[in-house]
Amino acid sequence: MSTLEIKNLQVSVATEKGFTEILRGVDLTIKSGETHAIMGPNGSGKSTLAYSIAGHPKYTITGGSVTLDGADVLAMTVDERAKAGLFLAMQYPVEVPGVSVTNFLRTAATAIRGEAPKLRTWVGEVKEAMASLNMDAEFAERNVNEGFSGGEKKRHEILQLELLKPKIAILDETDSGLDVDALRIVSEGVNRVKANSDLGVMLITHYTRILRYIKPDFVHVFAAGRIVEEGGPELADKLEDKGYAEYTTA
Amino acid sequence: MSTLTTNYLVPTGREEAWRFTPLNRLAGLLDSTVALTSTNSLVAKSLPAGVSSKLVAALDLAPMATTLDAATIRVREAVTEVLVLDIAKDSEVSEPIHLNRVTIDGQAQASRLLVNVGTNAKAVLIIENQGNAVIAEDIEYVLAPGSSLKVIVLQEWDAKTVHLGSHHAIIDRDASFTSLIVTVGGSVVRLLPTVEYRGPGSSAELFGLYFATDGQHLEHRMHVDHNVPNAKSRVNYKGALSGDKARSVWIGDVHIRAEAEGTDTYELNRNLLLSDGARADSVPNLEIETGEIVGAGHASTTGRFDDEQLFYLSSRGIPAQIARRLVIRGFFSEIIGKIGSQEIEERLMNRIDDQLAKVGA
Ligand SMILES: Nc1ncnc2c1ncn2[C@@H]1O[C@H](COP(=O)(O)OP(=O)(O)OP(=O)(O)O)[C@@H](O)[C@H]1O
Ligand SMILES: [Mg+2]
Repeated sequence: MSTLEIKNLQVSVATEKGFTEILRGVDLTIKSGETHAIMGPNGSGKSTLAYSIAGHPKYTITGGSVTLDGADVLAMTVDERAKAGLFLAMQYPVEVPGVSVTNFLRTAATAIRGEAPKLRTWVGEVKEAMASLNMDAEFAERNVNEGFSGGEKKRHEILQLELLKPKIAILDETDSGLDVDALRIVSEGVNRVKANSDLGVMLITHYTRILRYIKPDFVHVFAAGRIVEEGGPELADKLEDKGYAEYTTA
Repeated sequence: MSTLTTNYLVPTGREEAWRFTPLNRLAGLLDSTVALTSTNSLVAKSLPAGVSSKLVAALDLAPMATTLDAATIRVREAVTEVLVLDIAKDSEVSEPIHLNRVTIDGQAQASRLLVNVGTNAKAVLIIENQGNAVIAEDIEYVLAPGSSLKVIVLQEWDAKTVHLGSHHAIIDRDASFTSLIVTVGGSVVRLLPTVEYRGPGSSAELFGLYFATDGQHLEHRMHVDHNVPNAKSRVNYKGALSGDKARSVWIGDVHIRAEAEGTDTYELNRNLLLSDGARADSVPNLEIETGEIVGAGHASTTGRFDDEQLFYLSSRGIPAQIARRLVIRGFFSEIIGKIGSQEIEERLMNRIDDQLAKVGA
């Protein structure tokens, strides 16, 4: 049982004009087994929240705290956060030229598990995970995200989720750019991990479509750098109907 | 030849060709008062079928191409015997030909090698340079029509080595030449991979990789002379530098003459600066005398680590140091992967890893 606790998180980015405040006090607690959907307009700071938790160097934390089972996440290096059990499926996964998917996955699994996975079981594990995500085996030999289509990049993120088995996963618009079949396949992947490991999920999305596959326990409306409303799954339907007008005009 | 000629040619450092080179670190290679040992220093353990070698008196073997390079002129004056490799016409040499350098510590050396690739012959040659040496060399590759030669030249020198070299290829009709130069050792290494064509349909690929750490000066100067119609050239050199006064120089001169219609050329140099205090000079230079070409282009970039790549890898639990190694290996893989020998590829990457560890990157 794990708990990710975000308290009054305030984050700025350095711009040409100085620091711009993006997160203005975010409070959110995610426990194992729970799925929290985060919905909000473009530019409201959802990715900033995701990156700040993962430790992207671009963002400066100006206040608040993030803890995982009481441990200070903000004091950890990026890799330590992953080893502590956090995972971020990125909205825009990064291409790493010359580094093969196989090599990358094995290096990551070795780091997270603390020892190199046994080659014989590992190969099977990767093959199976790729097959269940409908990824062609040839992706293993390609370079990380290089020349992948938008949808292929997202599948590759969920492949890593399956193999690295984190405690809490943040999925930043994993559904964007997926066709209907891919959406189902990727959602099934997430649900598989949830079923096998009691994963806690922060699911950032613009659409209720994915919520039909991955059932949220909570829905949070995110606007202008903070959570402005919370509710159950019905809130997502309301947002789809009415948009964010009532949250952004205030 | 008189010593006067040499004296006259000794560079001062003001010449375009020498302006980047630390002339005070050449250990006498350009100093006519220092004698150069001139016996052959390249040995083949065994030669595959279709390949023969012989030592020919230098007086009986005029160079195939003229040169303006002071070091090469000096080599030609000093060398008494030339190693000649002949690859018989029509032979497809199945295994790579290996030449290993024998160095004499503390002694300045001169070396001449001539490789003749017969009509429609096909071969791979690997030249390995290791140890400490002070050496100037003149290599000529002569490719007969329809032939193909891939040369891998490894500079895995120890720290004190000073190495000046000219690697000139003469490529006849429909022949293809690939050179892959890897320089990961030495104090000063200055190599001149140059190409001229003898007939249409010919092609040259010049690939290179260098990694310079503290105080190393690694210089590679290409010159591709498109002097015939319908020839092709590709240049791709990648370098990484780390540590105080690590220095690289890459010069890519491509000359498309008026008669070289249908030329297709592209040259690329990428440098990765891994620390402050390192400096990479990169000068692509395309001179075009005819508009009737297929394509001509160049690109040169010098940059630092991509933070987004490092973040992505780290966010998967990979420690920063290993992430940097992965990115560097990835950066070089495009070139290293062309070597075609897992053993050599691994050896080179491990050496780069070790050197990185030494400079604390
Ligand atoms: N480096 C930066 N420089 C300037 N502004 C930035 C920088 N990074 C982020 N921002 C700004 O911060 C705000 C929040 O961006 P963020 O990416 O977190 O939004 P988002 O909610 O994920 O939007 P979307 O739904 O479009 O993905 C935006 O206005 C964005 O322009
Ligand atoms: Mg976003």
